[in-house]
Amino acid sequence: MTVAGDIPGGQAPSRAWLVPLAGRIEGLALPVAALLAGFLAFALFLLLLGKNPLEFYSLVYKAGFGTAFSWSNTLSRAAPLLLAALCVAIPARLGLVVIGGEGAIVLGGVMVGALAVPLAGWPAFIAMPVLALMAALVGGIWIGAVGAMRQWRGVNETIASLLMAYIAIALMNHLVEGPFRDPASLNKPSTAPIAEAFRVGNLPGWNVHWGLAIAVLSCILAWILIERTTIGFAARIAGGNIRAAQVQGLPVGKLVIGFTALGGAFAGLAGYFEVSAVHGSANASLAAGYGYTGILIAFLARHNPLAIIPVALLLAGFEASSGLVQRRMDLPDATMIVLQGFVFVAILASETFTGRLDLVGWLTKGERS
Amino acid sequence: MTNSLTRRHFLSTSAGLAGATALGGLAMPARAAGPLTVGFIYVGPRDDYGYNQAHAEGAAAVKAMEGVTVIEEENVAETQDVQQTMESMINFDGATLLFPTSFGYFDPHILKVAPAYPDVRFEHCGGLWSEGMPENVGSYFGYIGMGQYLNGIAAGHATKTKKIGFVAAKPIPQVLLNINSFLLGARAVDPEITCQAIFTGEWSMAVKEAEATNALADAGADVITCHVDGPKVVMETAASRDCFICGYHANQSELAPEKYLTGAEWNWATVYTDMVTKTLAGEPIDNFVRGGLAEGFIKMSPLGPANSDAARAQFEDTQAKIISGGFAVIEGPLKDNAGNVIAADGVSYEETDVALESMNYLVEGVIGSTS
Repeated sequence: MTVAGDIPGGQAPSRAWLVPLAGRIEGLALPVAALLAGFLAFALFLLLLGKNPLEFYSLVYKAGFGTAFSWSNTLSRAAPLLLAALCVAIPARLGLVVIGGEGAIVLGGVMVGALAVPLAGWPAFIAMPVLALMAALVGGIWIGAVGAMRQWRGVNETIASLLMAYIAIALMNHLVEGPFRDPASLNKPSTAPIAEAFRVGNLPGWNVHWGLAIAVLSCILAWILIERTTIGFAARIAGGNIRAAQVQGLPVGKLVIGFTALGGAFAGLAGYFEVSAVHGSANASLAAGYGYTGILIAFLARHNPLAIIPVALLLAGFEASSGLVQRRMDLPDATMIVLQGFVFVAILASETFTGRLDLVGWLTKGERS
Repeated sequence: MTNSLTRRHFLSTSAGLAGATALGGLAMPARAAGPLTVGFIYVGPRDDYGYNQAHAEGAAAVKAMEGVTVIEEENVAETQDVQQTMESMINFDGATLLFPTSFGYFDPHILKVAPAYPDVRFEHCGGLWSEGMPENVGSYFGYIGMGQYLNGIAAGHATKTKKIGFVAAKPIPQVLLNINSFLLGARAVDPEITCQAIFTGEWSMAVKEAEATNALADAGADVITCHVDGPKVVMETAASRDCFICGYHANQSELAPEKYLTGAEWNWATVYTDMVTKTLAGEPIDNFVRGGLAEGFIKMSPLGPANSDAARAQFEDTQAKIISGGFAVIEGPLKDNAGNVIAADGVSYEETDVALESMNYLVEGVIGSTS
């Protein structure tokens, strides 16, 4: 479609039809520009260290996205990150900064490891959904409690969720080394291995487990909830101006607790897949830091659940290439953390340009005079 | 260490760009080509003065061998990360012999990846291989408890308070054997010595390790050792509290030379060069490999200046006995610290005894609890 034909005078094709999309264009252009700026700054940093940035980025591409193996590497790393990012992004739409998704992940995993023992012998098509739901429930209660404390006691949700992550990890250590320990796990205390029948397999034809598909689906559902339902609409209003939401009679308290619990449920689901698809039992390896990488992803995606998908793939690709970069360029593993830091700072800085670029004016240039 | 950038250096450089070196050469790094590519995977930093450094020193010995290319990756988590790293080394670098060195890499990660690559050899540190597991997987470990026993002898001579201390990660069999060996070594000098053990609950948690070390010093311990992944914090904290120190995993003497008595070190160079030599010659490697002081799997740090002549004499005498074989640290009559008999009179467990690998007690004289 074009609006250009309506403009008298037969000028060159106008970009005016883009005006209604200006917000979207800005929302896409700013992070992409920031990403490139971050890459450029990091390239200068590598030059200062006497390393070749072109070699670096070509290795990142090769190991993260260049071959079939690279993609399976990247995609299998992305699965827990997608769910962990949702734990940050969903409450963030209410203006809440929840950074303790790690706690929900480990407790969800412990729940699966512990509950799989009494469920052994159940048909897998019943037991597997039960395990997944219970993991989500535990995660939901854990992060929902953060929302409840915020709502009823005014406890800062950022600090509370972070501290509760430490409690969750300590609790996990206690449980897998104590009550739920498999006596056969001598030097690495773990719960009993879950039954083979309950293990989550790979996507057909892929070397990536089902958790990836469920995680992508979760992102899409979360986007629909936030952008296409009245509940999501209410949440966005409350996130924008809580007083206005209250005056309108929106159920702010229920939203706060519901959204934090939902975010926690997704993180708990990440724990389910870690145990049932990767580890086979719950142990200290569950605290792998996915919850913290999820924070970065959610912020880079500006808390848009759909944007989480490409951002998580990008960061998973970085992590997938970390090894090759270490091996080929003699760079330490911290390289990728520093690159992520550069990108994160660039994206945060780019936020200050939001709404300040006169995109509408540029698009309609020459048509208003 | 090699002249490669270390993690610490890299991070400090990024903190202060001003300190960065001038524009260097941009040439691609030369890689020595060899018919055999060997991959080493570490769970922490290569320069941790501990578990990972011990393995990296072994890797350095392999690097010096003819016809071998060594690739290394550090800070690889015991998650699918390590599965991907192994596959990446195989697919991108053509590695055919892998040493994933952390205990938690074995089950399920190595066991999951190995069957897909029957032409690649997976050698794991920890000692869990058993019949029925993939044939291209092997496990190796060393009897380092004997090293802690010798540490205990040096500690027994050095202590004035008759209290020694142990900072431990988790109450698992390998750690418990080290604690018990340390105390029993000290009691071979003076049966009145006690050892307080504090568990931090984590393999690598510097803050808790420092707190535990200070708590031990506050309680009167004047010789301290540890079993955590990176002993650096324990060693430096203990030395700053004027305690003597006994090392673990690697040689930590340079952290406090005057205070360092000795240390129980891994000597993975022996194991790794042997396995690589066999691979180059096309000979098979046993799936289950073990060794101690006699086999050169472990070694003791050179005795520091603080050791008395009596300490040196007893240390060397005992070391010779261990090397000649048949020496037992756990020897009856012996009770645990709750009063239960763990070895009746005449019963003893040599270092090779598999019963030691499910140890779940602390011996009489150790102050602490396994739960």
